[in-house]
Amino acid sequence: MTTMTRDRASVGEFLLRAPAVGPALALVAAIIVFSLSTTTFLDLDNLSLVVEQSLVVGTLALGQTLIILTAGIDLSNASAMVVATLIMAKLAGSGGIVALIVGVLVTVAIGAVIGSLVTRIKLPAFIVTLGVFTMLTASAKLLAGGQAIPVADGVLRWLGTRRYLFGGIPITYGMTLALLMYLVIWYALTKTAWGKHVYAVGNAPESARLSGIKVNRTILSVYVVAGFIFGIAAWQAIGRVPNADPNAFQLGNLDSITAVVLGGTSLFGGRGSVLGTLFGALVVAVLRSGLTQMGVDALYQDVATGALLVVAVIVDRVVRRKA
Amino acid sequence: MRHRCLAIAATALLLLTSACTVERQWGGKTTAGEGGKAKVGLVTKTDTNPYFVELRAAAKAAAQAQGADFSALAGQFDGDNDGQVRAIENLLQQGATTILITPSSSTGVLDAIGRARSKGVLVIALDTATDPDTAVDATFATDNFEAGRQQGAYVKAALQGAAPKLLMVDGTAGSTVDTARHTGFLKGIGLTDASPEIKGRTPANGDQSLAQQGMENLLQRTTDINAVYSMNEPMGRGAYAALQARGLVSKVAMGSIDGGCEGVRNVKDGQYAATVMQFPKKMAEQGVLAAVEYAKTGKKPSGFINTGSAVITDKPLPGIESHDTAWGLENCWGGQK
Repeated sequence: MTTMTRDRASVGEFLLRAPAVGPALALVAAIIVFSLSTTTFLDLDNLSLVVEQSLVVGTLALGQTLIILTAGIDLSNASAMVVATLIMAKLAGSGGIVALIVGVLVTVAIGAVIGSLVTRIKLPAFIVTLGVFTMLTASAKLLAGGQAIPVADGVLRWLGTRRYLFGGIPITYGMTLALLMYLVIWYALTKTAWGKHVYAVGNAPESARLSGIKVNRTILSVYVVAGFIFGIAAWQAIGRVPNADPNAFQLGNLDSITAVVLGGTSLFGGRGSVLGTLFGALVVAVLRSGLTQMGVDALYQDVATGALLVVAVIVDRVVRRKA
Repeated sequence: MRHRCLAIAATALLLLTSACTVERQWGGKTTAGEGGKAKVGLVTKTDTNPYFVELRAAAKAAAQAQGADFSALAGQFDGDNDGQVRAIENLLQQGATTILITPSSSTGVLDAIGRARSKGVLVIALDTATDPDTAVDATFATDNFEAGRQQGAYVKAALQGAAPKLLMVDGTAGSTVDTARHTGFLKGIGLTDASPEIKGRTPANGDQSLAQQGMENLLQRTTDINAVYSMNEPMGRGAYAALQARGLVSKVAMGSIDGGCEGVRNVKDGQYAATVMQFPKKMAEQGVLAAVEYAKTGKKPSGFINTGSAVITDKPLPGIESHDTAWGLENCWGGQK
């Protein structure tokens, strides 16, 4: 397509092609509003804090984006992450590296199982992951004996404790890693054949199959890659709160879906970007932080976040109908 | 086009953040000990449970009375460590001089508490102790072991010498409060976890419907019981529904813990024989007073400060110090009195 036709395209078509622009604008607008209405929001330390607060959900949302792009969904991602944190905490005694690798392998294995059920037996991802979610939530409690396990291991804590200054902004290794992962997945989705297959499979699986794409293999690979990302999210979570708690992140699965949808990725698959998800996760964190500093009750914050989500879905619908 | 738009957005963002940078330390300025104004932040486990609503309302009222700034935040559910850490960070950002916290887990938020204390912020645990308890400056809370012991002693007295045949409705497995109440109860009634007098137990996470379900299942096994322990009042109501369905209410002495207004009314209506009241209002008020004192003089409280507990019943028994439900309704928390 030439630049000419792009310039003449409708707003809807533009948003369809660049779904990250909407959430980016929302993010900028929110930052401006909170900077004007509070004295504490616009502050490099605070902005760095907001990014840190969005890390775990942002990482979960990165994996969730891949899955939703294939028109799937994962309700079990946060519980898989919690199980991984507990495994890491329990194995911390035998060395942080070992604990980390085993924890990540477990979430990869969970992803492989879900992916196989979805592709081989053709089960809906919603139901499979709902079942897996229930099993993992209970497993987490069984693993922990109902009790949270403190983690002190240096390797496991590394993403949260190590900070350096970048132009006066405190940056953790956790932030750096999250950014790197976003870049890698962005590259894979936009510049590789695999990425094109992921979009094609989500958009129209039958046409994808007819054009020679191995649909099942692509979907399975997405669940495995997402599983790996959820394992890294577990590492992020321990970095932030040094305590593996079977009751933690009860809403993590829904929070990750919220970030993905706010980021402009369509729940019907085939449309969206990880860049949008990054903005989506940041918008939620910025809203929480800003509204908190304005003294808005947490329940109203939930109302605001929910309303924004509904608006995002409406925009998605309108855009799809017009385009 | 797409890339240009993103570039513009990103540049705008950068300009916005760099142009207006203000010189400020993470944690704001602490004016404690210089006759300054107290800025009190409260972090509860959730903001929907009536117990925490009462705690928050009492803290807010006390702060207003003392002329202190007040801000209340909470986790989204019991166990939301990440939400509590976020709340602590946001309070530091707002320049709180004192943080009052009911920790979601006794170890989950220690890191953030440590960061707050290293900035010179006074941190007081309310209601739930941390592990180790030295992680905070002071703890204002119910002695839950003692509250459990009072319930156990009352139920023992109500049995009038009969051997107990006990069913136990526990809270969340592993939680420190639940464990303290459970072991306190057994001490009060004179049993141990291995005693054959315990005919069954069910964990119900503090939830009424789970407690009812668990009790129904236990009663499938045996109805030959005369005593019931419930870790809190909602679970007591659930257990009562199950007992009532089996026609066992008059044969069983059941106790509970909390002292919510609904719980006191349950005692008045005869759903359970007694409840042990705790005093969230006292915890909140004493916490705020300590915060104001700290801002004025720099003096910090320390150690565990027991805010007390009291048996509420309309069937007083010899050897058990108790108050009637009229007193209970005057001093209860949550809802209309």
